[in-house]
Amino acid sequence: MSRILKKINWMTLLIPVVSVILGLLCGAVIMLIIGYNPVLAYQSIVESIFLQPYYGGETIRAMIPLMLAGIAVAFAFRTGLFNIGVEGQLLVGWFASVACAICFDHLPKVILLPMSITAGGAAGALWGFIPGLLKARFKVHEVISTIMMNYIALYTTAYLIKNFLYTEGERTPTIPAAASLASTFLADLTQGSRLHWGFVVAIIAVFAMWFGLWKTTKGYELRAVGFSPDASKYAGMNVSRNIMLSLTFSGIFAGLGGAMEGLGTYQYMTINSAFTGIGFNGIAVALLGLNTPLGVVLSGALFAGLQTGGMTMQSEAGVPVELIQIIIALIIFFVGSGYVIKWAFGRLSRKGHK
Amino acid sequence: MFKKRMAVLVAFVVVLASVLAGCGNSKSSGSSATKKAAFKAGMVTDTGGVDDKSFNQSAWEGLTSFAKDNGLKKGSGVKYLQSTQASDYSPNLNTMVHQNYDIVYGIGFLMQSDIQKIAQQNPKAHLGIIDAVAVDKNNKPLKNVASITFKEQQGSFLVGVVAGLTTKTNKVGFIGGVNSALLKKFENGFKAGVKTVNPKAEIYAQYAGAFDAPDKGRAIAQTMYTKGADIIYASAGNTGNGVFTEAKNRAKNGKKVWVIGVDKDQHDQGMPENVTLTSMVKRVDQAIYDVTKQTKAGKFPGGKVLEFGLKENGVGIAPTTDNVSKKALSTVNDYKKKIIDGSLTVPTTDKEYKEYLANLK
Repeated sequence: MSRILKKINWMTLLIPVVSVILGLLCGAVIMLIIGYNPVLAYQSIVESIFLQPYYGGETIRAMIPLMLAGIAVAFAFRTGLFNIGVEGQLLVGWFASVACAICFDHLPKVILLPMSITAGGAAGALWGFIPGLLKARFKVHEVISTIMMNYIALYTTAYLIKNFLYTEGERTPTIPAAASLASTFLADLTQGSRLHWGFVVAIIAVFAMWFGLWKTTKGYELRAVGFSPDASKYAGMNVSRNIMLSLTFSGIFAGLGGAMEGLGTYQYMTINSAFTGIGFNGIAVALLGLNTPLGVVLSGALFAGLQTGGMTMQSEAGVPVELIQIIIALIIFFVGSGYVIKWAFGRLSRKGHK
Repeated sequence: MFKKRMAVLVAFVVVLASVLAGCGNSKSSGSSATKKAAFKAGMVTDTGGVDDKSFNQSAWEGLTSFAKDNGLKKGSGVKYLQSTQASDYSPNLNTMVHQNYDIVYGIGFLMQSDIQKIAQQNPKAHLGIIDAVAVDKNNKPLKNVASITFKEQQGSFLVGVVAGLTTKTNKVGFIGGVNSALLKKFENGFKAGVKTVNPKAEIYAQYAGAFDAPDKGRAIAQTMYTKGADIIYASAGNTGNGVFTEAKNRAKNGKKVWVIGVDKDQHDQGMPENVTLTSMVKRVDQAIYDVTKQTKAGKFPGGKVLEFGLKENGVGIAPTTDNVSKKALSTVNDYKKKIIDGSLTVPTTDKEYKEYLANLK
């Protein structure tokens, strides 16, 4: 029994790893065909991230919102819900944190910073709660309602900035230093990158997901609803309430991700004419990370590395940035076709036992 | 059996890796040798990309023609980095600054805050920004940034004159990228030009909210053409390409509609249906060329706010004038003289436009 269990875990772990390798290999083949040098390209990614503090810092910075978005998706997924609305929850969280910081700029840092972060989380929670309520009460499918909530978030935040917090350059004013997560210490450490204290928040969030889902009774209930809503109902659990709770928590994580962008990376919010893409990348991060806390950290690191490295790939090896998007898409494609990989390995090993 | 297959797999990977590694070494050794001394100029595009057929492309053409005249190589002497999202601006600019480029341009006002931050972090770096003025905390221009701006209202006025004289339905449209002070200069200059020569004309103005959304540009153009406009001034970067698509479709169905292009001479963009009436050229290429030249000569115009207008040949109407009537052209020249000698001031803001209209009557 224990041997079988071991084998299954090994197999599930293998799929994402093989997917990443296959994705990178396919990317290399594409580069060769177009006439770029894949070794130089990948070499420049690895060298810049691990040897140059600036890109290392930028990678960790890019990891922060990706991890939070990934956790938001993974959390909902564990309860059997597909939260496509992370993007929107992130945008309202971003806006709420920046707006809170600007409106209460006279408060000291000890109060204003936690308050702004909380505002971001709360806004995200609200944006997650609404689809949760619709799902629980009226059986509105959460995929549809969360997608729609994304658009509402995108244009509402644009409207609010335009009319209430507008400044030159299509954005809000810069937040006061008292609400900023940026630190000169971290910037100096990494040759002036935008690395900020938000990574602490992201780590706490990862821990919170693990603890909440696996170490509390409520978490057990949430996961039970994910495995089988009917069985959970039969066991006396309140399925509707758990659905609302799950999407609300998911929204908090996403909203925090937005707050990290607002208070850390940018220090303001631009009027977005299109989605940031962080929320959608969060889906991929969660998928590749097998919806586990540790997996999300690892795949978040990979995606952030590819994104940051994609830029050095462009400057060092001359490979167009679009190619990185293709590689990311290929990795997701292979994760999605995990069944094929499983089947292939199954065949290989079954033949081997003969 | 299993081992055998695995062995084949491993062998394949090893062969592939060594082949890839082989071509890797040859190139990397060459690039490191030619590092110092030579003059290098770089630019970072906004999310529209370098082939947006307008703003970014024009900037890149400026750099490439400079490279040609000075024997610099593309990719090492002059280079661009593309941004796929707004958070890429800062790392891309930083990369070029760290690689000791002699001048690094941020193309577009969206990069203003990133340029300001990087300029303060790297006081020795020479930076340039298009369409914005880089300032420090006290609102004073930063000493190591050349701020390049244009008097777009003047060029827009001239294409407005062409539109006012060419329209048959007396209805013209304006489609802007993002509603901002900068784009208002285009809009108000254009409207003033139309109204000056054709007071009866009706003008529709709308903003797509993005510079990289051709689908939105097309949807708005559809509405405007359906409402009866026969000329649309598309001042929206890549979004404007949607306007061209719509106009070409209508032209294929036998309807005569026109587009006025922006930033570059977009005559070819309108072919083969020939829908480009004229274009308001904004010589980003000229400006970039000039500033790069000055920088190379050791006269980097840091801390200055450079304004390129009709007088400096920084804006104007496109050299291709096949579709513009002789009468319209001569009127354009009259107004051009008036603007250059200062007897006519083109409005830039909504308020100035209202005052301008009141004075017309």
